[in-house]
Amino acid sequence: MNNTAVDFSDVQGLVRFGYGKMRGASYALVRVKNSGAARAWLQTALRTGAIGTAETQQPAPSTALQIAFTAAGLEAIGIPPAIVQGFSPEFLSGMGNQNRARRLGDIEVNAPGKWEWGYGMNAPHLLVMFFANPKQLAVFIQTSKGDAWADAFEEMTWLGTADLDGVEPFGFTDGISQPEIDWAQTRDVNEPQLDYTNVVALGEFLLGYRNEYDKYTTRPLIDPDPVSRRLLDAIEAPEKKDLGRNGTYLVMRQLQQDVRGFWHFVTKQTGGDEGDAERLAEAFIGRTRQGSPLVRSQEKPIPGVGSDPDDVCLNQFTFAKDPAGTRCPFGAHVHRANPRNADFPGRPTGFEKLITMAGFGPQGFRDDLMSPVRFHRILRRGREYGPGLPPYDADEPAPPDDPKRGLHFICLNANISRQFEFLQNAWMNSSKFSGLTGESDPLLGNREPLPGCPVTSSFTRPREDGVPERRAGLPQFVTVKGGAYFFLPSLSALRFFAVIGNAP
Amino acid sequence: MTPQANFMVLAPIDPAQEKKLHALLDSMNVDLGRVDPNNALIPFATLENVHFARLLILQDNALLDTRAYGGGPVPVYPLYLAFLGDIDGDVDAFFKQLVARAGEGLRQIFSCCLGFTGSIDLASWMRCRNASAIAVYVNWRGRTALQIREEAGLREALEKYLAENADAVRQLGLREVHARLRKFVAQEMAADRLKLTPEQPTPLGWWIANALHLIGLPLLGLLLLPLLILTAPIYLICLRRLEKTDPELCWRVDPDYSEMLADAEDHYVTNQFTAMGSVKPGLLRRLTLSGVLTVVNYAARHFVLHGRLGRIRTIHFARWVYLDGKKRMVFFSNYDGTVESYMDDFINKTGFGLNAVFSNGIGYPRTNWLVRDGCQDEQKYKDFLRRHTLPSQVWYKAYLGLTAIDLERNTRIRQGLESPSMNTDALREWVALL
Repeated sequence: MNNTAVDFSDVQGLVRFGYGKMRGASYALVRVKNSGAARAWLQTALRTGAIGTAETQQPAPSTALQIAFTAAGLEAIGIPPAIVQGFSPEFLSGMGNQNRARRLGDIEVNAPGKWEWGYGMNAPHLLVMFFANPKQLAVFIQTSKGDAWADAFEEMTWLGTADLDGVEPFGFTDGISQPEIDWAQTRDVNEPQLDYTNVVALGEFLLGYRNEYDKYTTRPLIDPDPVSRRLLDAIEAPEKKDLGRNGTYLVMRQLQQDVRGFWHFVTKQTGGDEGDAERLAEAFIGRTRQGSPLVRSQEKPIPGVGSDPDDVCLNQFTFAKDPAGTRCPFGAHVHRANPRNADFPGRPTGFEKLITMAGFGPQGFRDDLMSPVRFHRILRRGREYGPGLPPYDADEPAPPDDPKRGLHFICLNANISRQFEFLQNAWMNSSKFSGLTGESDPLLGNREPLPGCPVTSSFTRPREDGVPERRAGLPQFVTVKGGAYFFLPSLSALRFFAVIGNAP
Repeated sequence: MTPQANFMVLAPIDPAQEKKLHALLDSMNVDLGRVDPNNALIPFATLENVHFARLLILQDNALLDTRAYGGGPVPVYPLYLAFLGDIDGDVDAFFKQLVARAGEGLRQIFSCCLGFTGSIDLASWMRCRNASAIAVYVNWRGRTALQIREEAGLREALEKYLAENADAVRQLGLREVHARLRKFVAQEMAADRLKLTPEQPTPLGWWIANALHLIGLPLLGLLLLPLLILTAPIYLICLRRLEKTDPELCWRVDPDYSEMLADAEDHYVTNQFTAMGSVKPGLLRRLTLSGVLTVVNYAARHFVLHGRLGRIRTIHFARWVYLDGKKRMVFFSNYDGTVESYMDDFINKTGFGLNAVFSNGIGYPRTNWLVRDGCQDEQKYKDFLRRHTLPSQVWYKAYLGLTAIDLERNTRIRQGLESPSMNTDALREWVALL
């Protein structure tokens, strides 16, 4: 076997699959009560094959268990602190860290201190995810928990999910655009990327492989011993055992959505005209409710975007054909989340490239404002919660017992600070994204003032031949209710965890 | 055009007074590192020509790295206080103004430094200790702090006008919008509610010095060219040998130190950045560093386009200063966004320039042919830099909520407004800025 080829049976399945066919899912956030019992439970889970892997199987499994750990969780099951310290600083200090919270926009009502879980005494050790068909789910959870569970863990909270048929609570089709992982590691990342590509280096999503800089992201590498021999070798340092290889970081945030507030705002803004309300909502997102992008798709294929008509229609586009943002506003959610740019503005080659590198390339106000997106991609694996609420019902006043709705946002990435945090800070939550000012992401923005910038709650729609249309006073539509950074280990790392504290 | 200037008063701290100095500096702040612009010691808000300023103690955390080159004891340097700023106009006039408005406070601060006594003439004391930079970058040469304030006021007034007259303005074509806003601004200026001060004439002395600099350096280059060509092969052989053997010292900084730095970061849309370290020993590295920075300085002064340092558009001011007979170097900048996005910008857009300068510092990730690799080892580079990063005890920015891009937009809005006729494309671009 080629040393660098990925053994799918060693990777937890969530990295490769969204488990979309398993329409039921439930997430347990637990703390370790007894580390010996926790390891015993882990051993059982490994032995019974309950943990879904990235290997394709015939027939496809109908259930899957996925397990992830916080830094505190790793120590709680008995991993020596010296090993845990080898993980990334952001994973170690956690999402609730005060300075990090400021960068992520988690302040005021979103502040970690106000979260339902994830902070202080409410910080979990493990995230245990159960996927199955809704009818099977309860039984699958029961059998997966087995005997050891009750001794091993204290259940903090169970996060239920809802199957809204691929539509997120505001009413828009979700999860349309995902990066294509370069599993075979064939793309040359050192080659300047002149066009937007949707193919991203394996090392951006899986530790232990080369990332977009052609380097190996830092993770714990340990000396071989009878216990750690269960781990794979580090590819770039074969004398070391690689705890991270085939694992990745999992970012989870519970985002509560004010669906009524959202539709009420767009309806009021457009004077009750249903068509205009829908168009304003589409401008916020950058796609129609069915998912079509607001900019035209291009003829030239984009690497990593499929060739069937649906893929072409939904994802074969960049914003290059809409330089003034008159079709899709600069501040639209999909524009902020993925600007679909390349390494240079305007595809320079040869001498032109040198000129551009020296700073004498395109000089328009918005040219070359953003970092190349290939260094800032994430794999999204979230699921909705709460009952659906169609837009035409959403403008009605809420009943007294209106259930909570939202998204359990989950994303996977190998470098939390360069991928998830950069995206959240520099693009989603930034009031200065792409030359804008006074606005943040129309969906996720916290609308909090910054020193010297009292307003961050506007939304601008450029117009073809006139002054841009500016909507003021967007309320906060999304509130963060919890969050944590987890490590989603490989199966071999789970086997290592299962025995590490036990007597030899 | 009013050129920008910079100063950096550098004075060794009296060890007995270090604690007192810390307390004094802290007393100027509203919170960690962030100054109260109306503080009693240096009321920056009253100094209308200042863009940025900071006071900091140059505590070199990586001094022991010099051991990697073996031999001899670790060098001992004084612990300096640095007071630096970026201003409009000339430094001597500014020092006079500073003494008039903040003389008492400055005396208190500098009394914690060696060699300062109460009877000293403050302005000349500062002038003597003004450490000049080997390379300086100004985002938009000629744009004064006054202009920035006035243009921000212009944009606000336009935004308010457009919001209040949204329905009427929506019907207007591009030319009508332009005409109407010109009329509105003329009225506001006539009523003294808006002010747009015209550009001041360029000082003759500065103009001459600048022209001499423009011609002088290429002439010098031309004179040295035969020598450079002759020595180039030897230079390259020596450089390659050093590049293969220079130690990389890029481990992760102590988490508590990083957290202490983070405590003062990202409160505003702009952050300050200070990094210091020792220059690699030997003539070759020092000549390389001085040569590269001389070119950077020359390009920044005469060639870079407004608003850009290479491809980077988020830096307001930056400078490189040698310390202790070129044994050490400090880099200062004021940039928009988080340190993470700042570093990504540098690595992804100007990595070659970063390498050419900083690879002459001890411990930098390995480069090839001076400009390749190095910071492309992203994590090593970020670890290296974080270890060399210093907090600023006191930091001031005159226009807190404005990024460099905001400033550029506001200037473009004003330029468009002041031009009586534009072609349709220019007009469309201009209206889109509103």
